[in-house]
Amino acid sequence: MGAYLVRRFGLMVVTLFGISMLIFVLLRITPGNIADILFDAGGYVDPADKARIEHQLGLDKSIPLQYADWIGGLLHGDLGYSYQTEKPALDEILPRIPITARLAAIALTFSVLIGVPLGVISAVKQNTILDYFLRVLSLSGLSMPAFWLGLLILMFFVAEFGTIPIYTDQPTGFWNAILMYSVPAAAVGFRSSALMMRLTRSSMLEVLRQDYIRTARSKGASEGAINYYHALRNALLPVITVIGIEAAFLLGGLIVTETVFNIPGVARFLVEAIRWRDYPMVQNLVMFIAIVVVTINFAIDMLYAAVDPRIKYGN
Amino acid sequence: MSTLDFNAELAAAGANVRNRWGAVRFFIRRYPLGAIGAVIMAIFVLAAIFAPYITIYDPLTTNAAVSLARPSATHWLGCDFMGRDVYSRIIYGARISLAVSVGSMLLGSSIGVTLGLLSGYLLGWFDLITQRFLEMMQALPLLVMAIIMAAALGPSLHNTIIAIAIPLVPYVARVIRANTLSLREQPFVEAAKAIGMSERRIALRHVLPNTLAPLIVLATAQLGSTILTESSLSFLGLGVPEPHPSWGRMLSESAAEYVRTAPWLVIFPGLAISFVVFGTNLLGDALRDLLDPRQRS
Repeated sequence: MGAYLVRRFGLMVVTLFGISMLIFVLLRITPGNIADILFDAGGYVDPADKARIEHQLGLDKSIPLQYADWIGGLLHGDLGYSYQTEKPALDEILPRIPITARLAAIALTFSVLIGVPLGVISAVKQNTILDYFLRVLSLSGLSMPAFWLGLLILMFFVAEFGTIPIYTDQPTGFWNAILMYSVPAAAVGFRSSALMMRLTRSSMLEVLRQDYIRTARSKGASEGAINYYHALRNALLPVITVIGIEAAFLLGGLIVTETVFNIPGVARFLVEAIRWRDYPMVQNLVMFIAIVVVTINFAIDMLYAAVDPRIKYGN
Repeated sequence: MSTLDFNAELAAAGANVRNRWGAVRFFIRRYPLGAIGAVIMAIFVLAAIFAPYITIYDPLTTNAAVSLARPSATHWLGCDFMGRDVYSRIIYGARISLAVSVGSMLLGSSIGVTLGLLSGYLLGWFDLITQRFLEMMQALPLLVMAIIMAAALGPSLHNTIIAIAIPLVPYVARVIRANTLSLREQPFVEAAKAIGMSERRIALRHVLPNTLAPLIVLATAQLGSTILTESSLSFLGLGVPEPHPSWGRMLSESAAEYVRTAPWLVIFPGLAISFVVFGTNLLGDALRDLLDPRQRS
């Protein structure tokens, strides 16, 4: 286990380094840098002024040198400055993290609480009307763009209450805060619960076909005992892996949902930074997302070994 | 060993296949949801092809007199801020969705198949490097990767196709590689080797055709996700630019404002996206059940 842990961790670091290079190069092939955008607005371009700004921002250095500067800073906790706000990038990112984290946590809870039970019901009642209904429901959930679902929810609020839920920094009271996060989280969570339900269903169906389920049935175990004691416990193992896929899926949903609901989280910030060609922000934000996703997958690998006695890494 | 044969697959699923219609009837009976999906896909493709014949108004012509007109007998689904007919824009938008989804899927699949086949066949350092690279790409959520690619390439129809195709490559390559690895151990590959067939011929004539079934399943499943990704990119203003009538773009034009004043601008383009993606998902599920015997109950 120890050796596996070290190797897996090493691989994680290599992956992150690779991503950092990929992102850096991709952003540098973009036509036009921040200096172009700044001067575009001004109309007249003085080459000397432009060169001065490029020098200030370090854009006149070679790409490998710019990369080394960035990674060197990153390892020392210095993320550079935002081109757009001229504040330290870290000061811009840190306050946005809890907002997105709360949204993601509520959305994930929502998707597990709804997706797993419905997936089990659908598998146990395979090929019945109920199964068909639940499958169509989950498929339609996966077919809706997350931002459209968000817009429909806003529309519902307008029709019912004449107003839309607006994000504030200082919500009054605990319940208001919960409500403020729950509405957009439900928009993201509904789609994730559909994914969760499908994966739980197929995992459960696979387990229900195993020999030990037949054995349990032949010894006269009740359907309830078979489904919940024997099947679900084993079916949930692959579902744990799914949480890793879910995390990436949720993030995609959060980007558009934060935009629809005007929530100042990390995900929406990425889109804004891209529009502004704010390289330091974009590359730091993408790195942050990559670190979160890679770490979650690493943790899930470890968790998997912990809960499944059949898996022993490194033997 | 033959290539993918739907009639054979249907027969294996229990169909009494005498002719093509028999196979179609069986598919409808056995996979009613899949058949509905196929019908939805057909409507989508036909709408895209015959767009000029089933619309009255030009999707790009503006008319200030009908700005934000409600749905009526003349403008079935209403008009947008610039007085453009929403119904026409949705029908013409099918062309954009179809071009982007099929284009990015074909591009992503061909790169993915090439990489997966080479990786599974050559193994060694090529496989090692390719796999690490694909892992890297998969560490980023699909939409994040597509957003960065779209931003790097700049907004245009072609670039949107590329931006969506590249993040798909690892998913295709991994499935094809896994399939290639198991295929190269099969007796028919050994037999081909024994009669002195060249490696390249074996790869192209025996291994590649046998990866078609998982590829079709994957491609259909990804078709919906490419449509959703395109709509998200366009919604964020990073996808297909004006004046193309993209469904996602139609929703992005100050959407939050029209939620109050002109709900038809929000409802109909979203319905179009959901309807088509729902169709691809239904069809994809049925094809997976049909072509992947392990899922067959």
